[in-house]
Amino acid sequence: MAVSRQTRTVFALTAPAYLWLAVTVMLPLATMFYFSFLTASPLGGKEVSFTLKHYTDFFTKQIYWYNAWRSIELGLYVTALCLIIGYPAALGLAKYIKGRWREAIFLLIILPFWSNALVRTFSWTMVLREPFNILFSYPAIVVGLVHAYLPYAILTCYISLQAVDDSLIEAGRSLGATPAQAFRRITLPLSMPGILAAVFLIFVPVIGSFMEPRILGGKDAIMLGPIIEGQFITAFNWPLGAALSFTMLGMVLIILLIAAPFLKKQMAVG
Amino acid sequence: MERTAKLYLGAVLVFLYLPIVVMIAMAFNRSALYEMPFTFDLVWFKALAQNDRLLQASWNSIWIACVNAAIATTLGTLAAYAFARYDFRAKRLLQILLFPPITIPWLIIGTSMLIFFFWTGIGRGLHAILLGHVALSLPYVIVVVSARFANFGPQLEEAAASLGATPWQTFWRITVPVLLPGIIAAGLFAFAVSFDQFVISYFLAPPGTSTLPVEIYTSIRKGFTPEINAISSIIILFSMGLMLIVARNYKFGGDN
Repeated sequence: MAVSRQTRTVFALTAPAYLWLAVTVMLPLATMFYFSFLTASPLGGKEVSFTLKHYTDFFTKQIYWYNAWRSIELGLYVTALCLIIGYPAALGLAKYIKGRWREAIFLLIILPFWSNALVRTFSWTMVLREPFNILFSYPAIVVGLVHAYLPYAILTCYISLQAVDDSLIEAGRSLGATPAQAFRRITLPLSMPGILAAVFLIFVPVIGSFMEPRILGGKDAIMLGPIIEGQFITAFNWPLGAALSFTMLGMVLIILLIAAPFLKKQMAVG
Repeated sequence: MERTAKLYLGAVLVFLYLPIVVMIAMAFNRSALYEMPFTFDLVWFKALAQNDRLLQASWNSIWIACVNAAIATTLGTLAAYAFARYDFRAKRLLQILLFPPITIPWLIIGTSMLIFFFWTGIGRGLHAILLGHVALSLPYVIVVVSARFANFGPQLEEAAASLGATPWQTFWRITVPVLLPGIIAAGLFAFAVSFDQFVISYFLAPPGTSTLPVEIYTSIRKGFTPEINAISSIIILFSMGLMLIVARNYKFGGDN
């Protein structure tokens, strides 16, 4: 009966953690999915029925699909800027700086990454006033979010760049490749996993952000994240908020599924 | 090339730290409207000491973060132990199930918890916030403790067992001491995840009860109160100090 004993041990060890996750993540998501098809929240003995209205509203009412597009657009801007700024930083750190300097700079980059996101966003309200004067505007949201997610981009790119063997680059150079060719044909393709990880780690939370737009965006804050927040905090239309949340999840999944084969091919061809 | 790289990274660091430095400076500036010239004053820290709402919220945050760290570290270490020491069919599935809490936007996780907790009668409040924080911390704890397991084969435990130790003795006298640096790092991570968590707490906090980030957000939205600079400066220095300790305790690659 050795097998059943092992099964019992494994169950006892994993059940507490997964029971907790079931109650706080899996069941809530399932419940929210159920709510998204209801005409009203089934609380306090209210009469409710099933409807697809909240989902069809998303496609027929401009306020929803237009602002969903604004969220995607914001995600694209922020992800692109994080990579444009972060990749060279990671490259410099992984290939051109050595020893204690590298350790110190690396630590300084990841420190803010684990500090309070809300406080960091708030701190920009003091910088973006004078003389920049872009507080409460779309650029302010972009600056705040790039600041929040840049460490992710540097971290993931750095990890994959560090794994690129220098002798491969030297071999390419000795066979006549220019530094630019060596970078484009060897370093860049080999660091693609880090870039992909950064895209995933940045794009998804940016689409779901609402605190940064609310604090920095002023009247430009209206996009899908803040609209969903509003359904739960001020409008109390939970079924609509639930449907919008699942539409957002669906959008994220579809975008990642579309991007995955394309990006994989990039990695393979390189 | 090294010079260029250093200059560029210096510029990146300026971008990352500029707002934090400005905020801390403004916490010590007398003017409530961030006006220049800079006049050193502790007036906002004194005001903070009088702000009962912020102090109560700070206490709630610290309390929840400690309990969260204890629960998440315990449950997470047990699960990591099962992953490291046993082969079973559902292992891959269980590992995949750790992704949703990290990868699904917090906005969606938080609102779904609000719906579910309301619907089932769990309700909102500090207990609900704690439930949510543990869920967010568990994946991190399991990953960090598993990394420690990667350099720690079963040989020591087998040796202890063959010398007559019971499984319980082996666990407490061999496994836990060897894993301890990983467990401590995981606990500090879990503390930080909870202490800095805003989105989940925001949806699960009933009016009148809140954690520090929720209270700060409410103050920012209502119009500013400069004590927020003071408390924010304290929080950010505290969080960074905490992560420095984690970094000393646990190199971010798993090699001890």
